[in-house]
Amino acid sequence: MPAIEAEDLRKVFGDVVAVDGISFSVEEGELFGLLGPNGAGKTTTINILTTLIRPTSGSARVWGYDVRTETSKVRSVIGLVPQDLTVDDELTGIENLRLMASLYHVPKDVAERRIEEVLELVDLKEAARRRVETYSGGMRKRLELAAALIHRPKVLFLDEPTLGLDVQTRAHIWDYIRRLVREEQLTVLMTTHYMEEADANCDRVAVIDRGKIMAIGSPRELKAAHGSDVIELEVQGNGIDLHSLVNGVGGVLDLRVEGSRAVLKVSRGEEVLPELVGRLIGGGAIVRRIEMRRPTLDEVFISLTGRSIREEHGSWEEVFRQRLNIRRVRG
Amino acid sequence: MGEISAIMGRELRKWVRSPPLLLMALIQPLFWMGLYGKAFNLTGLFTVPEDVLRNLPPESTRVVASLFNQVASRLFGSPETDYFSFVATGMTSVIVLFVSVFSGMSIAWDRRLGFLNKLLVAPIRRSSIVLGKVLAASVRALVQAMMVLLMGLALGVRLNPASPLLVAGAIASIFLLAVSLSSLVIALTLRLKSWEYHMAVANLLNLPLMFTSTALYPQSIMPDWMKPLATLNPLTHAIEVLRGALLYGNSVDLASFQFHLAYLSVFAILAAGLGSYAANRYLSAER
Repeated sequence: MPAIEAEDLRKVFGDVVAVDGISFSVEEGELFGLLGPNGAGKTTTINILTTLIRPTSGSARVWGYDVRTETSKVRSVIGLVPQDLTVDDELTGIENLRLMASLYHVPKDVAERRIEEVLELVDLKEAARRRVETYSGGMRKRLELAAALIHRPKVLFLDEPTLGLDVQTRAHIWDYIRRLVREEQLTVLMTTHYMEEADANCDRVAVIDRGKIMAIGSPRELKAAHGSDVIELEVQGNGIDLHSLVNGVGGVLDLRVEGSRAVLKVSRGEEVLPELVGRLIGGGAIVRRIEMRRPTLDEVFISLTGRSIREEHGSWEEVFRQRLNIRRVRG
Repeated sequence: MGEISAIMGRELRKWVRSPPLLLMALIQPLFWMGLYGKAFNLTGLFTVPEDVLRNLPPESTRVVASLFNQVASRLFGSPETDYFSFVATGMTSVIVLFVSVFSGMSIAWDRRLGFLNKLLVAPIRRSSIVLGKVLAASVRALVQAMMVLLMGLALGVRLNPASPLLVAGAIASIFLLAVSLSSLVIALTLRLKSWEYHMAVANLLNLPLMFTSTALYPQSIMPDWMKPLATLNPLTHAIEVLRGALLYGNSVDLASFQFHLAYLSVFAILAAGLGSYAANRYLSAER
């Protein structure tokens, strides 16, 4: 049984199709990422899977329970870390966790022990009795993670877990998330638009754009299938006809030459490179510089959608909330 | 039950930790009571100046006095009641109105801050969210009403309580009024997208409910079309219970006291039921 199973999910808001017939499944213990720009339908998908909104059509099961008809069963086996920081500023860390424990009907004595455990897990023991308004952004996010774990969920949903955090804190949060997956044997579904993070952390990702899934696979598979290696080189002297020298090399998908410089897109760079260098030297060229870049998920996204992930802009409300978040994170 | 008290506990903790909010909420009724209640002295209209009194024959003084007493007790419930005491008890209920009407805003805020989603993904009844907030609002309203009453005492309310039992009834009536109003407001505003809308709704409710109650003037001097509105308005019933218990002493009409309290109880139960129903049916993350 997969931990999450979505079949042909659709969600329409008025005349906007937010989620347009997506299907995927997540295996137990997997860290699965939904990758796409703002407005792609990632959060809507999470909201459907966490019973916050009902799909217009299609079906989904989480831990075997139907998200339409078995909402309270679904709710008791999942944890959600939403995009916004929702821990309560005016309460202390412990009070926030106690509140969550009683909302999940964790018995008092069990809750106190569990609170200790999750505080330990996210390294917040010392700050637990302070009000959350004194926390840094990273600490808040960690408390948010701890709060979502209080009832030992089977499946954890993370909506943009590192949005608005600085680079160092982001790396830190990822350490915690990986630790949680390991120690709590969690299945995680997360959304992000930070390609590098998905690449480094997810077992599998689904690239989602305009409500549709464009591709699913491990980051390595996706890059192999949809990305290409890029080789940039520069030779000395002007008398060399780079174009004809390079043109015969096998595996070149695209070639652009500008004077003494060339940029090639190739399918298997590690095999092309030796042949390329051999040809250049054989043709009498002196190679001044040569560089190969492996594809990133960014390129995968561009090749799948024709756009960069960063071009999209969110709605005004989204921008407002993001700013609010960032301000709270910094404050 | 656990989930209701958890939500109530959160709301109350937040409230206790922001004293400025509490103070702000007390200022408005203080103005009404202190400025309006003191300046607009209806009973003063019936005071006959000394020199006029001296020139009247003794018999007519007695007639005038008894006439004024009758008028005063028709208007304010008892001849001993002055207008300030009358308004102060009215204002005690009006603060319950203000607190309750603004309590509904906490759902709009929780929605905006994302906290509502956290409540909604928890395996709890939707009605628990509403009932927790209603109870928290009612506790707040009760505390603030007591503070207003104390301010009134400091400013010269002439208290004349009939019996401890009736005073307990008065406290119950404040609580029931708060449950009624906050349930209704929350049911009405469950799906509002933002607190700006909520502000509009709050302003729309506050003044009409205050002016169609007996907070500032007795029902007997209202125009005929307004009287039935006052009778329906739960505020009126809470105010009458308060006045009966605190101002009229032994001249209180027990039958009508009981009727007002019964009306409030039924109203509170129906309103809380409506709030729970609306929550189970309509409270969601969808917009």
